[in-house]
Amino acid sequence: MPTTSLSLTETPLLAGILALADDALILGHRLSEWCGHAPMLEEDIALANIALDCVGQARAFYAYAAEVAGEGLSEDDFAYRREAGQYRNCLLVEQPNGDFAATIVRQVLVSAFIDPYYRALMASRDATLAAIAAKAEKETAYHLRHSGEWLIRLGDGTDESHARARAALDELWPYTGELFEVDAAEAALIEAGTLPDPRTLRAEFDATLDHILGEATLARPPGTWMQSGGRAGRHSEHLGFILSDLQYLQRAHPGAAW
Amino acid sequence: MYTQALNARDTTAPVAGPEEAARAARFQARIDAEERIEPNDWMPEAYRRTLTRQISQHAHSEIVGMLPEGNWITRAPTLKRKAALLAKVQDEAGHGLYLYSAAETLGTSREELFDQLLAGRAKYSSIFNYPTLTWADIGAIGWLVDGAAIMNQIPLCRCSYGPYARAMIRVCKEESFHQRQGYEIMLTLCRGTPEQKAMAQDALNRWWWPCLMMFGPPDAESQHSDQSAKWKIKRFSNDELRQKFVDATVPQGQYLGLTFPDPDLAYDEAAGHWRYGAIDWEEFKQVLAGNGPCNRQRMKQRRDAHAAGAWVREAAMAHAAKRARRAAAKADALQQAA
Amino acid sequence: MAEPKIPLWEVFIRSRNGLAHKHVGSLHAADAAMALQAARDVYTRRGEGLSLWVVPSAAIVASDPADKEVMFEPTASKIYRHPTFYEVPDEVGHM
Repeated sequence: MPTTSLSLTETPLLAGILALADDALILGHRLSEWCGHAPMLEEDIALANIALDCVGQARAFYAYAAEVAGEGLSEDDFAYRREAGQYRNCLLVEQPNGDFAATIVRQVLVSAFIDPYYRALMASRDATLAAIAAKAEKETAYHLRHSGEWLIRLGDGTDESHARARAALDELWPYTGELFEVDAAEAALIEAGTLPDPRTLRAEFDATLDHILGEATLARPPGTWMQSGGRAGRHSEHLGFILSDLQYLQRAHPGAAW
Repeated sequence: MYTQALNARDTTAPVAGPEEAARAARFQARIDAEERIEPNDWMPEAYRRTLTRQISQHAHSEIVGMLPEGNWITRAPTLKRKAALLAKVQDEAGHGLYLYSAAETLGTSREELFDQLLAGRAKYSSIFNYPTLTWADIGAIGWLVDGAAIMNQIPLCRCSYGPYARAMIRVCKEESFHQRQGYEIMLTLCRGTPEQKAMAQDALNRWWWPCLMMFGPPDAESQHSDQSAKWKIKRFSNDELRQKFVDATVPQGQYLGLTFPDPDLAYDEAAGHWRYGAIDWEEFKQVLAGNGPCNRQRMKQRRDAHAAGAWVREAAMAHAAKRARRAAAKADALQQAA
Repeated sequence: MAEPKIPLWEVFIRSRNGLAHKHVGSLHAADAAMALQAARDVYTRRGEGLSLWVVPSAAIVASDPADKEVMFEPTASKIYRHPTFYEVPDEVGHM
């Protein structure tokens, strides 16, 4: 691989694929940080399973991105040779693991959105995206169940766990708005039947969440202010640190094979 | 594994009379006949103690062993390597879990075994007190540390204690990819840039001697071996296993084009073995005594994770209790309505 | 602080349609739903199963090894329960 960062001419399709890939990679990376530090051994294994699913989804999307971009690029070129500003993931997935409650709330919020999104993507006119979504949807349905069951236990567990779950929900809620944003390029893809319109998934997202939060004796936070920018490459400070870990070896040894 | 209810210890004090001797003789006869001992069977207290110690040490080694490799999950150089390493470290959590389960069948709970580790009363493999400084260390651990572990674990699949033997069969089956994963990393580095090859050589230099120490003290100084051999817990001596490992590993290292950090390493034609130089047993003792480069760091990470998870475990138990109460109340209400 | 003990569960997997569930190991979980999820995550990572059972370990009633002779030896003499006990001439063919 060459030494420099990738310079890409992003077509709307490439940008759309990369947004899906980056969401999966960054979330998988975050979850992988838990390995060896979870509250119990069973959960070390469960979180690693979710992380592996995410990394697998990212690889499938990057492989397709490489095909679309041509120029002999590989999945690793996209993951290891783009600057933070070229990453198109939403802000939610790059938020730190925090305590177990923050990780579980983040997972519930992502899964409650991405699972119906993948289900809708299965109907894409783009056969590759539809196939990736069909495989991924089975995984995200389980992620939603797993994290949902945990959130119910944390919310309706002890006073401490309830307070932590609530704090995590308050903290992460402002990052949910971005999940439903659509820019001009994406609108064209939606129009063409390549990608589903996330705005149509809002009702299902709310219903899923309300069901889980109800059982967890929690509620959607009242705040309506939403953070935004990840899809356009304007990230929180966290992404830079993630990428300096993730890309360290590739950046230090340009062109080497691993 | 299996019901704990029947696993209560034989609390009657061992009467050192003829009856006790007869029981012990019957027990030994079963072992000699290669029968498996199962959790509810009578067993000498010393057998139970020895196995509990050995299996729990083995389990502790798996979960402490997650830490040095876990260091590199976020820094793995390709997505393929990242997935493989994460799956491997995850397997180690699984192996720890299977082994704790096997130890629990002997009557000590996982919580107690954890407490022993976190309080510093239990040992784990000395090897995990060394640092992982470069990506090549991930290759070296897979190739050498897992290679050494497999030497030790394959005979344990025939251990006289059924649950331990069965756990080891599962572990060995899953672990078959670990060593290959590590060797492939080493091979890629050795065929790579000069810097990568130097990284691989440096990793071999640092891991080789600690790996030889993993098999434990020389036979002449080993405390437990005789009785463990008689009970068919251990079927090969430390030195036998160490020799097997050296014989298997040296040609693999030569294929990589690496040099072992032992000027005395030489092939003994007559015996058909690779002879290695003197092991620094003082270093081994120091690491076991807590003075390895990472002992304190590893234990702190384990303690921190356990402490940080306490409120989660409490919440899960509190919720389960609430559910049980609600279900009972609902049943009561239904009964009254009827 | 005494850590509450999280209950132990036994895990059974049916590997392929038509085969019975087989005991594969155990795990700790606070309740049944979590035990089932943990069983999926711990014991089916390599495509081992199509169906899972989890049973609280405390619910298993086991025979006492001391009763082994009383329980299982009397059956050894009932050889008339096995097909080879009966003689059928070769000419009759497979039966």
